[in-house]
Amino acid sequence: MSTSPNKKININKRYSLIFVVIAVLVFSFLYAAGLFGNKDVTAQDFVNLQQSAKPYFGFRRAHAKGVCLQGEFIANGALAPFSQSSLFQAGSNTFTGRFSIAGNNPLAPDLAAPVRSFALSFTTTDGEHWRTGMNTPPVVAVRTPEAFFEQLTALSPDPATGKPDPSKIKAFFQAHPESATFNHWKQQYQATSSFATEQYHSINAFYLIDAKGQRRAARWAAVPQATDKQPENAIANAGPDALQLELAARLAQQPVKFDLMFTLANQTDDETDPTVLWPDDREQVNAGTLVITQWQAQQDGTCNGITFDPLVLPKGIEATKDPILNARGAAYAESYRRRAKETLLQQTNQPQQGAH
Amino acid sequence: MAKITEFPASAKFMHWLSALLIISMLFLGVSMIQSLATWQHTALQLHKSIGALVLVLVLIRLINRLFMQIPALPADLSAMQRFAAKASHIVLYALMLVIPLSGWLMQNAAGLTVSPFGILNLPSLIPANIKAYAVFRELHGLLTWSLFAVIVLHISAALHHGLIRQDSVLQSMLFRFKNK
Ligand code: HEM
Ligand code: HEM
Repeated sequence: MSTSPNKKININKRYSLIFVVIAVLVFSFLYAAGLFGNKDVTAQDFVNLQQSAKPYFGFRRAHAKGVCLQGEFIANGALAPFSQSSLFQAGSNTFTGRFSIAGNNPLAPDLAAPVRSFALSFTTTDGEHWRTGMNTPPVVAVRTPEAFFEQLTALSPDPATGKPDPSKIKAFFQAHPESATFNHWKQQYQATSSFATEQYHSINAFYLIDAKGQRRAARWAAVPQATDKQPENAIANAGPDALQLELAARLAQQPVKFDLMFTLANQTDDETDPTVLWPDDREQVNAGTLVITQWQAQQDGTCNGITFDPLVLPKGIEATKDPILNARGAAYAESYRRRAKETLLQQTNQPQQGAH
Repeated sequence: MAKITEFPASAKFMHWLSALLIISMLFLGVSMIQSLATWQHTALQLHKSIGALVLVLVLIRLINRLFMQIPALPADLSAMQRFAAKASHIVLYALMLVIPLSGWLMQNAAGLTVSPFGILNLPSLIPANIKAYAVFRELHGLLTWSLFAVIVLHISAALHHGLIRQDSVLQSMLFRFKNK
């Protein structure tokens, strides 16, 4: 090797250069990974808030209490002109589903929850997947994950009193006039005595993609076929698992059915805003019937391994730029990561008995 | 066999392409798992697609590597340095293979199919299972962070060869645009 005269003089400079290159690389990676904090609300912040200080290990961090379902979707073909997904061609596909109540507590009394949910997961024979989580309200109160984070913070129990602070809740809703539609729904909503008699909404809009690749924004809802709707106080004395017991009794008699109704947007509707309802005159398409035939307790049930991430979509349905919709993917994955790890390590930290 | 001083152009090309892709994937990976932004969904699709592409690229690279003659290390390197160089290269190749595989298995364990760029559906290697998800999700995290650490060592060593020792090692992987 030749030794140039400059080499010795430059050697310190060269070491410094190497040091700077490596330092910049390492620093920027740790920065990207959020080790120095993150100016935005992250999926981890969200799940920390949702699970509260004492998470229930092994359970979903939101909608923790529920039951697994088994059934099939019988498509009538009416949606096929709007979406190329094989799910909507006349015919049937089985699904794994879940009824749940909002909240992080898998032992919560069924009737105390303000929101009930219905989630579905399909795998088609051509290897496509569709997952959806639907809630009883037709809209959410806010448009962005940041505002949703504020909302959850305002609704969280105050550490001093153990109860949410009404003044904070009031201040939040005043600062967010877009929550009017949600609050109006809340005032007129009457919970029923069965998961089978509620209507569940996708809330977020999606694009249906037809065979030619043309897209049309749409929302969907599971509309109950059961006609025996009763107010929830009919089962007020049935204990903490009142809804689950009612469902079990009902399924022992006959399947539980819903119409899967799609509402198609007009040019004037903003498909990225989950706080507004579209006018009543929008085109409705009944895509077919969801037929639930079986249920199982969730922890060993077929739905336990599934995260109902609404961004898992088949060819023929695409996500819109709705910020709430797009925020759900990373948050659901974080919740899944945590409960999967706890399940693997068999970690428990709360009384499990009675948990379904 | 004639002694060569550089890697063949095909090897250089695949080295720099996979370096670019893998470093981007590392940064993308750690950012996207935190992000609630609207780009997150597209980023994740891209992550899985490029990850699958990296797997193919690394397989081609390894096959290419088996059949090509590579430049010898400088004669004045200590046995320890030779061992470190060889071992770190084996670890790099192993991680580049196992990381995309763990991503693929993680998706299968979650009950999902990997379909790179929407072109084809990769087969499901394992059935859906939440415990398997935990294993492959945590492995994917651990292995990617280990890969980053090994890459830092690799770059430090390459720069040490190029700038301090000024031997043939860094040169052997660089493209030469000037005529010698
Ligand atoms: C349109 C608004 C939303 C609807 C309709 C909705 C609906 C649902 C439903 C139905 C579930 C239960 C799924 C199941 O049974 O497994 C669920 C779970 C969950 N939600 Fe939401 N959600 C919404 C917004 C959000 C947002 C904005 C976040 C956070 C950024 C979030 C975080 C979660 C988490 C972490 C879970 C638990 C996921 C799991 O471990 O499987 N949700 N949501
Ligand atoms: C060159 C190959 C790859 C690299 C360097 C890479 C890197 C990463 C990194 C650094 C993370 C964040 C991990 C953490 O900090 O915990 C990540 C997450 C992830 N990777 Fe990869 N990855 C690769 C290939 C793949 C492949 C082939 C797939 C699937 C087909 C995949 C699927 C995922 C998923 C789904 C996540 C997010 C998991 C979550 O949301 O919790 N990756 N990746």
